[in-house]
Amino acid sequence: MNEVPLNHVLFVSTALFFIGMYGLFTRRNMITMLMSVELILNSVNINFVAFNKYLYPDKLDGVFFSIFIITIAAAEAAVAIAIIINLYRSHHSIDVKDAEEMRF
Amino acid sequence: MSASAIFFYILSICILGGGLLAVTSKKIFRSAIWLLFSLIGIAGLYFWMQMEFIAAVQIIVYVGGIVVLIIFSIFLTQQSGKQMAKPSAGRIVFSLLAVCIGFALTYSLLRPYVFPTSSMAPVDMSVRNIGNQMLSTTEYGYALPLEVVSVLLLAAMIGCIVIAMKIKTQGK
Repeated sequence: MNEVPLNHVLFVSTALFFIGMYGLFTRRNMITMLMSVELILNSVNINFVAFNKYLYPDKLDGVFFSIFIITIAAAEAAVAIAIIINLYRSHHSIDVKDAEEMRF
Repeated sequence: MSASAIFFYILSICILGGGLLAVTSKKIFRSAIWLLFSLIGIAGLYFWMQMEFIAAVQIIVYVGGIVVLIIFSIFLTQQSGKQMAKPSAGRIVFSLLAVCIGFALTYSLLRPYVFPTSSMAPVDMSVRNIGNQMLSTTEYGYALPLEVVSVLLLAAMIGCIVIAMKIKTQGK
């Protein structure tokens, strides 16, 4: 892995972050917005692991941060899907346009 | 170009292509499957960096947990073969503009930066080392964040149950 410079890994994670951002901007369906959020969190994880591996191979802190981010992402996905399913029960739609009672 | 570098570029194409198709695909179920490919590619990237433990965690939690949860909720909430409504052209144009400008700005800052190379001996990335440091209460130990995150998981679990619970009406 020494042949690939760190900047190429960071290119991948930056591109993945902005792909997730594009999904968050264009999609109006709550499940697909949740998938975009997962892509963004994964790009952050790639950054943590790559910095740990390339710049501080004598430490383990990047690994711990990624593990905690993965845990929180799992909790977030579970709560978000519970909310989405509950919303579907009351509104029969999971489009963000149909759930605007609390908008203003 | 060595085999390792070629492997990295194949994995990056898998990650970025999967992510791109996941956010642009018209059918929601296909979009979830592309997300699955992207997450598996990220796990492969961790294997490529010789972080076996975190790659295993990625596969178990994301591929085995979150994507399955997302697919279940797709089945519960809508017809998976139905096409999703297309976003308006103006929204696509302005999101593309914002995303491209953001990416260009970030990468133009990133590209000329020279990172210092480390000469330290790499630490053993075994599960034993990770577990020892995670449970140690001394300096650089992660015992307190571990406890906090376990309380957070408990709170999320109770919260999910409370949200999903059916409230009985008073009349019955």
